[in-house]
Amino acid sequence: MTLETFWFILIAVLWTSYLMLEGFDFGVGMLLGIFGRDSQGSHEELSEDGATRKRVLLNAIGPFWDGNEVWLLTAGGATFAAFPAWYASMFSGFYLAFLLVLVALILRNMGLEYRHKRHGTTWQRRWDAIIVTCSVIAPLLVGTALTNLVRGVPLNKAGDFTGTLLTLLNPWSLLGGLTILALSLTHGCFFIALKTDGQVRRDARALGMKAAVVSAVLAVVLLGWVNVHTGTTWSWITAVVAAVALLGALAANLRGREGFAFSGTMLTIGMAVATYFLALFPDVMPSTTNTAYSLTVTNASSSHLTLQIMTGAAVVMTPIVIGYSAWNYWVFRKRISASTLPTKHDPLAPLAPSESLQEARH
Amino acid sequence: MSNLDLARWQFAITTVYHFLFVPITIGLSAMVAGFETQWLRRRNPEMLRLAKFFGKLLLINFALGLVTGIVQEFQFGMNWSAYSRFFGDIFGAPLAFEALLAFFLESTFLGVWIFGWGRIPEKAHAACMWLVHIGTLLSAYFILAANSFMQHPVGWKYNAATGRAELTDFVAVLTNKVQLVTFPHVVASAYLVGGGVVMGVGLWLLHKHRGTKDSLMYRKAARIGAVVTLLAGAGVAVTGDTQGKIMTEVQPMKMAAAEALYTTQDHCAAFSLFTIGSLNGQSQKAAVKVPCVLSFLATGSFEGKVDGINDLKASLPAQLQKQARAEGVPAAYSQPADAVYTPNIPLAYWSFRLMIGVGMTSTIVALGVLWATRKGRTALAKPWVWAGIAVPLLPVLGNSFGWIFTETGRQPWLVYGVMSTKTGVSGNGAGTVLTSMVVFTLLYAALAVVEVRLFLDYTRRGADPAPPELDPDAASADEHEAPAPVSFVY
Repeated sequence: MTLETFWFILIAVLWTSYLMLEGFDFGVGMLLGIFGRDSQGSHEELSEDGATRKRVLLNAIGPFWDGNEVWLLTAGGATFAAFPAWYASMFSGFYLAFLLVLVALILRNMGLEYRHKRHGTTWQRRWDAIIVTCSVIAPLLVGTALTNLVRGVPLNKAGDFTGTLLTLLNPWSLLGGLTILALSLTHGCFFIALKTDGQVRRDARALGMKAAVVSAVLAVVLLGWVNVHTGTTWSWITAVVAAVALLGALAANLRGREGFAFSGTMLTIGMAVATYFLALFPDVMPSTTNTAYSLTVTNASSSHLTLQIMTGAAVVMTPIVIGYSAWNYWVFRKRISASTLPTKHDPLAPLAPSESLQEARH
Repeated sequence: MSNLDLARWQFAITTVYHFLFVPITIGLSAMVAGFETQWLRRRNPEMLRLAKFFGKLLLINFALGLVTGIVQEFQFGMNWSAYSRFFGDIFGAPLAFEALLAFFLESTFLGVWIFGWGRIPEKAHAACMWLVHIGTLLSAYFILAANSFMQHPVGWKYNAATGRAELTDFVAVLTNKVQLVTFPHVVASAYLVGGGVVMGVGLWLLHKHRGTKDSLMYRKAARIGAVVTLLAGAGVAVTGDTQGKIMTEVQPMKMAAAEALYTTQDHCAAFSLFTIGSLNGQSQKAAVKVPCVLSFLATGSFEGKVDGINDLKASLPAQLQKQARAEGVPAAYSQPADAVYTPNIPLAYWSFRLMIGVGMTSTIVALGVLWATRKGRTALAKPWVWAGIAVPLLPVLGNSFGWIFTETGRQPWLVYGVMSTKTGVSGNGAGTVLTSMVVFTLLYAALAVVEVRLFLDYTRRGADPAPPELDPDAASADEHEAPAPVSFVY
């Protein structure tokens, strides 16, 4: 295996990890808009009002979402280092799409960090709306961008994108966006079913069922098309594994095996992304203008020396990163529920004045 | 405005904005880790309260630093794709290292720190904040190595077959002499900011809580902040001085512009404190100058020779073109637009002065604060309160001016002497770039308003009271116990 191929695989792994991890926190972000509404009253556990359910959802992803997002930054950085021509063409070509992704991620992060920093319904309602909207937009656009990558875009001889934003918004890439969106929602439901208890857990299992069925239909059409378009034997195999894993997740969810259900969607997302990259190889960004202008693992890659140095860093650092990320998940492995959540006090409530110096001295 | 001008403006806006938060994060994470460690050693509840209080301010700030950093990484590809193609083989690696070594460390351990109060052993909890701080330092190291390469390219060659620059020596890139002095300078100025924030917030709260027991705690914070500010200020001065000498050597035009020195001074060049009138060397109306100091700053000797802009204009182009030709770089890359070899001189002159001026003012205030709070004094005169409010802002502005100076002073180059700025920009239309510039600027402005208000509200409220009982063994991570109260839970 050449170093160029190794780095292609590594970037595929980074994208896979990103969507497997941030996928569930995108899903949980969407759930905020679904489970966070105050229910109409027929449920037995009325004590869990919308605000409490939101807190359960947000605390479940609290320690993880920030680290999950770094996989995207690393995918970007690794692409820059290993395939500068790919990085340059993709980021300048998908300019407005990436602008929207960046705005969505920025606002979503700010919402997750800031919504609990102030008590007040307007403040929290606004941030909630932002979190939900951005949790929909981000996976939709990431899915759209990745599908365009596999489908090919108009690139000229210099490697510059010659289309417009509308070129990127074609039916197939939008299907790709919707599939990633639906998979993220399913993944988020199964994560919440695994990580929480009480009403939210039951609701997540029920919704996960429906979301999984929709995802399955979308994913089968999408991955079938990708394989007909540029598939190989291996990409057919990964697509079939993805479909089987999703059915397995559905079955596990039906039988209340939440760990298996979550692992199932994880595997589905992983295999779906693998299908994309297997179908893409050896291109990294095919040109629909002229196949001779396509960027490939060979013509877009960095020099041998840079790849060697980067390989050394990746081989040493990746296990360490995976190690402490896993520790993070282990520390916060307990289920979260409305009953174990401490009462939330207003973080900005005025403090009682401390005793005066004279009193303290006596 | 052209696509190039817009891309430059956007880079300036996103970089300066990002770097308002970066030094606060670097400086404050060290201060918070220090407070928490001090609490573990002395079991002094005040230190725990300060750690938690400044921890909240750190988090408010960290969020914005992180998201603006994402834009920073991606805009090289979005707006500067020709540069990314030409220098990506060298420039991409430090960015990937930064993500792999630093971003994961910062994000993961900050998450554990926020949610881990009472859930993991206390020492591990404090270690998390130290790891966050180490992450910020690693991040700074790699991104500054990338920037230093642009200031003074080393460890590379031009490959005519691939038509781009390629790496020859990664260690040389990481130990670039510009990097070895820029990194300490930037880190010292980040500590200056961290110290300034703790001193300023401490002073303000000391005044607000005067006469109460809490004033003792805030006095301590103000004094610790003042000491850090003084030490960091000394570090900034020493490293800045060294950096000036190295810059005079590698980019003489930048330093001549910083002084608006038009004519070469063979010996004893004067340092200009400020100038009234034009800076073009012809109609100078009034200038305050300190004799021989510039020679000393630039060369280390009061008798040293300092090159002027006019002489450099005559000698530098030929010299740089010769070097670029020797490397084999096509003239299309290495010829600046309209053959202009000078940066914007008034901008360089004033940003350089303001950087030094506002940075050093904060150390003078720090000295005053130590004097005003000597021997247990907690009653402060009003001017100290105003100083307290100004002090955190000064070093932050100093950082901004420093970046404006060093980046605009390098012009007309992206990579000094090798690639002119105009050749690095993406082929996107001006409308597209303008759209993103407007979107980011509006978004950044809105977020700044939210951030500052939140920061001020948390500052005004002050530190939470000490927890009722501080049992050293309370934090065992035993699963059967009820979870301890979690401070930063959503």
